[in-house]
Amino acid sequence: MEQLIASYRETLASATQSDTALRIHGSNSKAFYGRPVNATALDVSGYTGILDYSPPELVVSARAGTRLADLDAALAAENQLLPFEPPRFGPDATLGGTIACGLSGPRRPYAGAARDYVLGITCLNGKGELLRFGGQVMKNVAGYDLSRTLTGSHGTLAVLLDITLRILPRPETELTLCRPADEAGAIRLFNRWAGQPLPLSAGCYHNGRLLVRLSGFEQGVRAAAATVGGDEVTDGQSYWESLREHRLDFFSGEQPLWRLSVPPATPPLQLEGQPLLDWGGAQRWLTSDLPASTIRAAATAAGGHATCFRAAGRDDVFQPLSADMLALQQRLKASFDPAGILNPGRMYPGL
Amino acid sequence: MTNTSHTPDNGIIELLRRQLPAECVLSSVEELRPYECDGLSAYRNLPLVVVIPETLDQVRTVLQLCSANRVAVVARGAGTGLSGGALPISDGVLLSMARFKRIIDIDTENRTARVQPGVTNLSISAAAAPHGLYYAPDPSSQIACSIGGNVAENAGGVHCLKYGLTVHNILRLEILTMDGQRLTIGSQALDSPGYDLLALLTGSEGLLGIITEITVKLLPLPQAAQVVLAAFDSVEAAGTAVTATIASGIIPAGLELLDNPAIKAVEKFTHTGYPEQAAAILLCEVDGSQDDVDTQIKRINQVFRDAGATELQVSHNETERQRFWAGRKAAFPAMGRLSPDYYCMDGTIPRKHLARVLNGIASLSAEYALPICNVFHAGDGNLHPLILYDANTAGELERTEELGGKILELCVAVGGTITGEHGVGLEKINQMCVQFNSEELTQFHAVKHAFDPQSLLNPGKAIPTLHRCAEFGAMHVHGGKLPHPELERF
Repeated sequence: MEQLIASYRETLASATQSDTALRIHGSNSKAFYGRPVNATALDVSGYTGILDYSPPELVVSARAGTRLADLDAALAAENQLLPFEPPRFGPDATLGGTIACGLSGPRRPYAGAARDYVLGITCLNGKGELLRFGGQVMKNVAGYDLSRTLTGSHGTLAVLLDITLRILPRPETELTLCRPADEAGAIRLFNRWAGQPLPLSAGCYHNGRLLVRLSGFEQGVRAAAATVGGDEVTDGQSYWESLREHRLDFFSGEQPLWRLSVPPATPPLQLEGQPLLDWGGAQRWLTSDLPASTIRAAATAAGGHATCFRAAGRDDVFQPLSADMLALQQRLKASFDPAGILNPGRMYPGL
Repeated sequence: MTNTSHTPDNGIIELLRRQLPAECVLSSVEELRPYECDGLSAYRNLPLVVVIPETLDQVRTVLQLCSANRVAVVARGAGTGLSGGALPISDGVLLSMARFKRIIDIDTENRTARVQPGVTNLSISAAAAPHGLYYAPDPSSQIACSIGGNVAENAGGVHCLKYGLTVHNILRLEILTMDGQRLTIGSQALDSPGYDLLALLTGSEGLLGIITEITVKLLPLPQAAQVVLAAFDSVEAAGTAVTATIASGIIPAGLELLDNPAIKAVEKFTHTGYPEQAAAILLCEVDGSQDDVDTQIKRINQVFRDAGATELQVSHNETERQRFWAGRKAAFPAMGRLSPDYYCMDGTIPRKHLARVLNGIASLSAEYALPICNVFHAGDGNLHPLILYDANTAGELERTEELGGKILELCVAVGGTITGEHGVGLEKINQMCVQFNSEELTQFHAVKHAFDPQSLLNPGKAIPTLHRCAEFGAMHVHGGKLPHPELERF
């Protein structure tokens, strides 16, 4: 692995020298997400392996090329899990791609996002310098929190190498309840429940059906189920997995798939198209042919933003930043990658 | 560390006076004195001038004036920080945000609160309580510390094992950059487009921007909370009990350890009823629904018994729970009465090294002939060794600082960090050279440059210059390996 790192460093240093843009990738499972990058491929999927895992520490370190499936299996064997329930979008999805994209699954509003569980990252910046930020401990305020800043930066700041994550025990009991509802009613219920001490771990609404998941110790989950009400779904876990992996019928259409991230209690957005609510109302999927400007205006008005999550060949994927904010983010990018060789344009032009 | 000489005016005081109300600008030595230090009172320095603005426009004016005249700005909240982060700079402005203490809005539906930076941590929870909500991070200074400072330091507290640090509990910041530009970082939604600047700003110790407004997440108040108080006849056994608790699938809301010297000090002053003969006690709090609390208490009792607990008590009502915590909460003041001065360290280590590091601390304590009490957040490996010393004894502060530095280096050696929740400030700036290499420090400086190209915001704090590390490294050669060998020595 030392040799592999040396070869990445050499590639980066010479790319910086020669101004050669690089497209960093693992298994390409999330190649659809983000703006297209036309550049020389740098495949980092060979940098694999779990480095350190001692379950009582609730910490795991693994190389970025490690398959998420392998990491999940290792944690499951010890009755633990990645609390942010990341989607894979492909059988060989890697840990590095997951963290670079910063994606989180249905548990996110109740358990936290990918960035919340990142404790430390070793990476190579654009110049090929090997840098380590954060560490193996949960409480760590030495230096800027660059490991969390790297999370969700789409490989535009650095090539991720080793990633240390906080993990949690797998809930002993999980139970999914279902009830009929309309969209506005579902939003009200999600937020009323979230304001009470209930062991919620997922909440989704689509097509007249509200589903909610409870996780924790058996007695507490049973008691909460009586408070929440609804019919118990027998194969709840497979439903949440299908939602996480976008395998529900809702996601199979040809129309562009939009992701609107809004404050959870935002009333129904009244946008033409098919909605599906996840994250207890905080993440709203929409399949729609409406112009980007219309969708973005609605998300902005609600206090959020909209991403064109899946649509072939679009370059207005992420919500535009204000000129001041874009300039600041460009300066931040330049601090890591002065030659602008790492996934240039993946998020925004000039970033 | 005391600097009483006052730097001559560089013209900025007059410029500030011209644009701000008279009562917002303090410059006489008597007026400056209360601002000479933060919670780390061993470090003192008078600023050139203190500015206490009342409006956002005034804050912007201060920043623009300072930016145009290349005057450094140190932001200050309630001044409870423990690492010297708000220590003034002699020829700089101390910018107090104390007058921004309004809770702007509580959004019960989305469970958020919009607050100004000078609002105290505890008052957010107090304002949210009628809605059955609270703000989770609870640093022990929560009655006095301000939320702006909490964000700048990424403050933790007793309950962060389960509920996370400040970075996990905020959604949005309004900031002013050094040149007076207003930026919104994050949003009311759970994420935002672009880089995660919310994480970057949190814990940036006032080096990147001035926080002018914060939107925090509120959580539902737990239905029930109970504490187990367990005594152990060795620190190792208590350490094993900590690991076994986590391994049993429980995430306590708080898990605190006091060693024997700490127990004795606390008992002497509070008479909480802690077992004075115990080598260590653990306080383990669980919260949630009453059903969940019952399940967890039963299991913790079993785990603690298996780990060799010599005594077990469970709080049965709120009064008892408060009593169990009273000793822990009084621990620092108790040290203050036991010893003329104490110095609180803040290293964090992987839990599995708890016994090893505590033994290492005990040997260092003997070597330096300075007593150390340990009261700390055992659940997340965040140590708070308290070194007892007397600043009036010549050389004792210096020995204490050296001992403290050794403890932090021990933390780094086992894979930990020099600061878990108090920040680097000025206090731990040398140890930053131990934790980070030159390229990493250079990257930090480059990030700072992206926000504050003139390096006027809290300069000299948090991130050491490479030259400083070279000087420090020259004094501290580890195992014959010189840190930062590429640098010139002088």
